[in-house]
Amino acid sequence: MSFDNLTIAKIVSGLKAKEFSAEEVVSFYLENIRKRDKEIHAYLEVFEKEVMIAAGDIDKKIADKKIDSPIMGVPIAVKDNILIHGTRTTAASKILAPYVASYDATVIEKLRAQGAIFLGKTNLDEFAMGSSTENSAFGPTKNPHDFDRVPGGSSGGSAAALAGDLAPAALGSDTGGSIRQPAAFCGAVGLKPTYGAVSRHGLIAMASSLDQIGPITKTVEDAALLFEALRGRDRYDATTVETKPVELKKSDTLRGVKVGVPKEYFGEGLDKDVGECIKNAVKLLGSLGADIREIELPHAEYALPTYYIVMPAEVSANLARFDGIRYAHQTRSAEALLEVYEKSRKEGFGREVKRRIMLGTYALSAGYYEAYYGKAQRMRRLIREDFRRAFESVDILVGPTAPTPAFGFGERTNNPLQMYLADIYTVAINLAGVPALSIPCGRVKRDGKDLPVGLQIIGKWFDESAILSAAYTFEQSQ
Amino acid sequence: MITKKDIEHIARLARIELAEEEEEKFGKDLGAILDFVNQLNKVDTSDILPLAGGLPEGLLALLENETRPDEEKTPLGNPAELVNAAPKKEEGWIETKAIFKETK
Repeated sequence: MSFDNLTIAKIVSGLKAKEFSAEEVVSFYLENIRKRDKEIHAYLEVFEKEVMIAAGDIDKKIADKKIDSPIMGVPIAVKDNILIHGTRTTAASKILAPYVASYDATVIEKLRAQGAIFLGKTNLDEFAMGSSTENSAFGPTKNPHDFDRVPGGSSGGSAAALAGDLAPAALGSDTGGSIRQPAAFCGAVGLKPTYGAVSRHGLIAMASSLDQIGPITKTVEDAALLFEALRGRDRYDATTVETKPVELKKSDTLRGVKVGVPKEYFGEGLDKDVGECIKNAVKLLGSLGADIREIELPHAEYALPTYYIVMPAEVSANLARFDGIRYAHQTRSAEALLEVYEKSRKEGFGREVKRRIMLGTYALSAGYYEAYYGKAQRMRRLIREDFRRAFESVDILVGPTAPTPAFGFGERTNNPLQMYLADIYTVAINLAGVPALSIPCGRVKRDGKDLPVGLQIIGKWFDESAILSAAYTFEQSQ
Repeated sequence: MITKKDIEHIARLARIELAEEEEEKFGKDLGAILDFVNQLNKVDTSDILPLAGGLPEGLLALLENETRPDEEKTPLGNPAELVNAAPKKEEGWIETKAIFKETK
């Protein structure tokens, strides 16, 4: 039988029916990685030996009926800013290159307990800062749909692993679009859960009021399965809350669902072909019975500038811990303590990370705090109010995930503002804390290649079920 | 306008040594990004309370203060492994440089 394009659901049902073993599934992915990942570079590390042992254990447990879970035996690729005990976790930064994690992230512990197998660690923009995976200290990842283009970022390795069939599912993290935008560029499903739905304990923090961990998968059903395995209160992340189990309505109609289309998401900067694709998707939602309404998010245009104060401010504080003393890289040319900090960070951090630390430090510094950080925090309330008001009249919102399809290598690396625009439709969601997913909704042609386009579906706080259910109906009708 | 002096000051606050060409590049980049974020000044926010993040007021009830019994617990992670992550260590201690340079 063919193992191509397996899903979580297919793997688990196949294992239950004894159609194949976890060892066979894992061998299939290892073989794909061996064949294709030299070119794609989705992985920073593959746990070749460990996965075979883990798969053997799971096969035995299944045979002995000692495990029964909706993700058992499923190999999962993990973004390399999530800690797996005893393995290297680099955040794609030179400063952490030799770092070995001293504990498991809560999400890893949860997945392990439910019988998931960790295939390896995937590439990302250094410390998850970027929209193309070009900021990785270990070289970029290629988009499997076109090797001349970026996979998006920062979870570019995880999304590319899905698109290249190098994993059936992956974990990403999303601070301003880092799960959804690469999922859109690579033709995968990516879910950023509600702030507080999934524990970040063991995720290398970027901007703590925005960060969430979430699944990148091939299907909506898989996203629901993996999210269900991840969510829940964790005593090591005080922002987490206990939520209701996911209810995926497998309906063929969207009758009774009120869908808002924010008119601000179709303005200047949106690629014409991508815009067409999204408009067709909205029409399809309408023909499936959804009640489509144009709505307003009056402060939408201010989300990106607000994000570029809030995020770097938190980055500058979170990355202070990389001081050259506690973890990994330490300079060899320091004579006194201050030089240890300054030179270790000079040598260890890449350019984008330094730029954001500098920006955040400035925004928080004496004399500028109120003008920048204070202002951004006030704007943040207005942006969240926009969503609260919108959700008084609609159940979900839809629009483009990204303004363009995947762009070429080097196109935006010299102009940070150009790069930041890739997240123009995603950052507001993190500022407001609501959940959102990206689902493939069509393709556009560029240089003779078909490139995926992502539809973003945004939901109310803790209503992942609504966006997953709508996405499921949409996916099945395509 | 971000001056060379500003950049040097921020770099010192951020504890990052910059190369000469980085100072110039970051000066330009930060200037451009700050121009971009300055469009926020078009909106009057004088009556708006700052929001640090988190959940909307109606959902805050989901988060409750939690206390635990004051009992000794095993630490999170193995202390030896935590120390081991440091680049310089000796017998369970993390080693650092002195604050002051030695004068000759």
